Amino acid sequence: MIEFKLPSLGADMDEGTLLTWHIKPGDRVKRGQVVAVVDTSKAAVDVEIWHDGVVHALLVQPGEKVPVGAVLATLLTVGEVAPTPAPVSAARRAVSPSARLRAKALSIDPDTVHGTGAKGAVTLADIEAAATASPVSASAPVSPNTPDRQKEMRRAIAAAMSRSKREIPHYYLSEPITMATALAWLQQRNAGLPITGRILPAVLLLKAVAVALQRTPELNGFYRDGQFVPSTAVHIGVAISLRGGGLVAPALHDVANQPLAPLMQALADLVKRARAGSLRSSEMSDPTLTVTNLGDPGVQAVFGVIYPPQVALVGFGRVTPQPWVVDAKVCVQPVVYATLAADHRVSDGHRGALFLAELRELLQQPQALDAASAAPTALEGKPV
Amino acid sequence: MTTDRETLLKTLVQRLSTIAPELEAELMVPDRPLRHLVDLDSMDWLNFLVSLHEHFGVTIPEADYAQLVTLNDLVDYLQKKQV
Repeated sequence: MIEFKLPSLGADMDEGTLLTWHIKPGDRVKRGQVVAVVDTSKAAVDVEIWHDGVVHALLVQPGEKVPVGAVLATLLTVGEVAPTPAPVSAARRAVSPSARLRAKALSIDPDTVHGTGAKGAVTLADIEAAATASPVSASAPVSPNTPDRQKEMRRAIAAAMSRSKREIPHYYLSEPITMATALAWLQQRNAGLPITGRILPAVLLLKAVAVALQRTPELNGFYRDGQFVPSTAVHIGVAISLRGGGLVAPALHDVANQPLAPLMQALADLVKRARAGSLRSSEMSDPTLTVTNLGDPGVQAVFGVIYPPQVALVGFGRVTPQPWVVDAKVCVQPVVYATLAADHRVSDGHRGALFLAELRELLQQPQALDAASAAPTALEGKPV
Repeated sequence: MTTDRETLLKTLVQRLSTIAPELEAELMVPDRPLRHLVDLDSMDWLNFLVSLHEHFGVTIPEADYAQLVTLNDLVDYLQKKQV
């Protein structure tokens, strides 16, 4: 028997409200399948399951608020027989005939309704109760802009950022990087493509960060229970501001191993879903480092606050024309300020500086960044 | 045959409002920089241009972005493209 628990969907979440089940007892589920929608303070999140199996029982009903770690449902592994006596059999659930009729009329699956009758039997009253509860759950994907949501999100951000400033000894570094080669390459590439195939400079920056992280693993991972747990995968959390205030930082997965075109598509999709309030649990829970890009509103540089339990945050400002020295001559080049806020418990300024230097070198070779698994550690072989 | 300015302007504001739902149409002064009127990031801007491409069939190259600062600039640009 596998217990499916409410996952933590970010450091700022301690409870969630189940909105909808997409499964019912007896259903076969696959690893990675979206099985439920859970409302957090930030968004309604599609929650994925991480085991193959057969749904045995749903233990939490739509509308219920439960803490992180609460068992939402139980699963049988494929081939496993339900333990007896099952409290409420998955196959034959007691549903009163009138309840079954009413459930059919209301298009409610009686198996998903919490029974209050004898031995957990579902009664007519249970169905009526589920019907009045379901408009909240099914048809109202909580709008990201309601005042309540705003307030909740503010509270969640405050909690996570206070914890960060309280617990994480941040150090900060910055480096101006010329984008002349990168932007020229990108412009040429985009000119030959239909408008829907265009790639934004932001995607190039994300890819460069991911590749550079492979050389400085102490910036990529989590600080948990007093120690650093590095991550081999690079899942970049992208800080996305929401219209009407607040922000979320869901993950783009395996950024280092993807060419730019699919990354651009994934980013566009992520931004769209973040703003529509439709993210997946894996995106909320597993970023290994966050990138914030405040170039569009037009600041030169951003020194960010690390999102715990992550151990670093990379910031980019606006790309602006700046005086730049090339071969002992001053010329004007497009320049971006890259910054790093990192956790001094895990890394030192020297390693942080190495990361920014690597980032700078990678951005001088944009074509190499388009490769599927770009690992051109530009500083390879140079003394560290 | 080109579309008149008034209609073009209306279409642009309507397209923009699908990207920035908080936008208030009456505040969209056509000769003020668009990015001062609406909070558009580079992803929003690209989505806006994709939506214009779908509506008018016109492709705006990146090299032309710099001349498109206000709604009036966009209207002029689209009229030149015989939209």
